[in-house]
Amino acid sequence: MSDFGVVLLPSTAAALRSEKVLQQANLQIRLIPVPRELSSNCGIAVRFTWVDRDDVEAALARAQVDYEAILPL
Amino acid sequence: MIYLDHAATSWPKLPEVLQAMTGFLERAGGNPGRSGHRLSIDAGRIVYETRELLAQLLGAPDPLRVVLTPNVTYALNIAMLGLLNPVTDRVVTTGIEHNSVMRPLRALEAQGLELVVVPCGPDGQLDMEAMQEALLPGARLVVASHASNVMGTLLPVGEIAELAHAVGALLLVDAAQTAGVIPIDAPALGIDLLAFTGHKGLLGPPGTGGLIIAPELDPSVIRPILSGGTGSRSEEERQPEMLPDRLEFGTGNGPGVAGLGAGVQHLLDYGVDAVRAHECALTQRMLDGLGKIPSVTMYGPLDVERRTATVSLRIEGHSVSEVGWRLDEDFGVLSRVGLHCAPAAHRTLGTFPEGTVRLAAGLSNTEADIDVAIGAIREIASA
Ligand SMILES: Cc1ncc(COP(=O)(O)O)c(C=O)c1O
Repeated sequence: MSDFGVVLLPSTAAALRSEKVLQQANLQIRLIPVPRELSSNCGIAVRFTWVDRDDVEAALARAQVDYEAILPL
Repeated sequence: MIYLDHAATSWPKLPEVLQAMTGFLERAGGNPGRSGHRLSIDAGRIVYETRELLAQLLGAPDPLRVVLTPNVTYALNIAMLGLLNPVTDRVVTTGIEHNSVMRPLRALEAQGLELVVVPCGPDGQLDMEAMQEALLPGARLVVASHASNVMGTLLPVGEIAELAHAVGALLLVDAAQTAGVIPIDAPALGIDLLAFTGHKGLLGPPGTGGLIIAPELDPSVIRPILSGGTGSRSEEERQPEMLPDRLEFGTGNGPGVAGLGAGVQHLLDYGVDAVRAHECALTQRMLDGLGKIPSVTMYGPLDVERRTATVSLRIEGHSVSEVGWRLDEDFGVLSRVGLHCAPAAHRTLGTFPEGTVRLAAGLSNTEADIDVAIGAIREIASA
C-alpha cells in the first residue's frame, strides 16, 4: 500500500479550490499532474498522505467541493 | 487634467493592478489549467484567486460559480442567449437599459421572443406597479441594470427579484455601473445571474468581466453559446457540464484577470462602503454646484442615496458636443457626451437623439476636481 492518495477533480478551478480548502485545514497536500494510469477530467490532481483520507474527505465535503474520486496512489 | 469618465472606464489604474498584470506575464506565463507543470499551475492559481476575491466582494458563496468573461457584454449575452428560447419565452426588461442588454434582446425578439419593456419615470426610476403588471402573465427572465450608465439612477433590484420570483422568473442584473461602487450581496438581493465588467468600478483592466450564477440555479439550463477547449474533460467532444468550464471558452485573459484580482483586493481592503461614501460626497457637491446654474438641466434623482456618481446634464443654448469639446479643450475636464450606448435610457429622459453631457466621478477624484468641473460648466453656460 502506498503512502499517498489522490483526489481527482472535474476542473482546474475545482482542483485549485481543493488545494486551498485542504491547506486551510492544515493538511499536507500537493498539486500533481494526473497520473497517466488514472483518468480524470482535469490535468491536475491533489496528492495527499493516505492516513489523512478521512480528513480530506471531510474538508472537501464541508466546503462543498465536488470531486470525481479519491484513490490510493 | 480632470478625469470624469469613470462610468466608461476607471482611470488611472492602480500601480498594483499594473504590477499584477506584468507579474503574471513575467512569472506565471503558463496557460492556466491546460498543463500540469508549475507555470501553468501558478497561472491557474492567480485566476482562481481572482474568482475567490470576486465571490467575496459580491457575496457569491461558491467561487466556482464565478464565470470569467471578456466583459459584461459577453456575460449578458452568455446568460440571455444561453437561457432563452425565443420561440416560447417571455422577457421583461426596463426602460433604461444599455445596448448590451437591448441589442441581444431585440435580436431574440426578431426570432419570436416576447419582450416587454417596463417604462421608467423621467428621472429613470422604475415604475414598480408597471413591473408587477408586466410580470402577471409570467416570464422566463427579467433583465435589469442595477444603475443607469446615463444618469446614475439605481434600480431596486432586491424588490425586482421578489416580483420576478413570485411568477417563477429568473433575474439577470447588469451591474456594470455598480460592482465595486455600491455594496452588492447577490444572494441577499435574490439575484440569479449577476453580470459585471472588470474595467469600471472593479478597477481592473479592459477585457475582463464575468457572470456569477446563484447556487440554486442548475447550470445545465444555460446552453453554452460557444464551445471549445477548457483543459477539462478533454476526452469528450462536448462542452463540460460543470462551472466555470461550461461557460468559459478558450484561453482566458490571464494578465487581465490578474489585474482585476488586484483591483478587487484593493476594494476589499479599502471597503466598498468607503468608496460609496466618497462618491456620495462628490455627487452631492456636484449636484449642489450644478443646481445653482440656472441654464443647466440635470437628469436623474437629486437624492444621492438613489443614484451613483454619474451625473447627466445639458446647458440651454449649447449643444452637448460643444460642451464636451470645451470642457476638454479649455478646462481639461474629460466627460462623455452623446447617447452613451443607451438610446432607451435617453428616450426615457427625453434627451434622445442628442443625448447629454455626462460627468462621472470615481474613486480617484477629489472635491477640488468637482469644483473645477462646476466652474467650467458655469463659465460655458455664461458665454
Ligand atoms: C450599464 C452598462 N451595461 C453594459 C456596459 C458594457 O460594458 P462592456 O463594454 O465592458 O461590456 C456598460 C458600459 O459600457 C454599462 O454602463
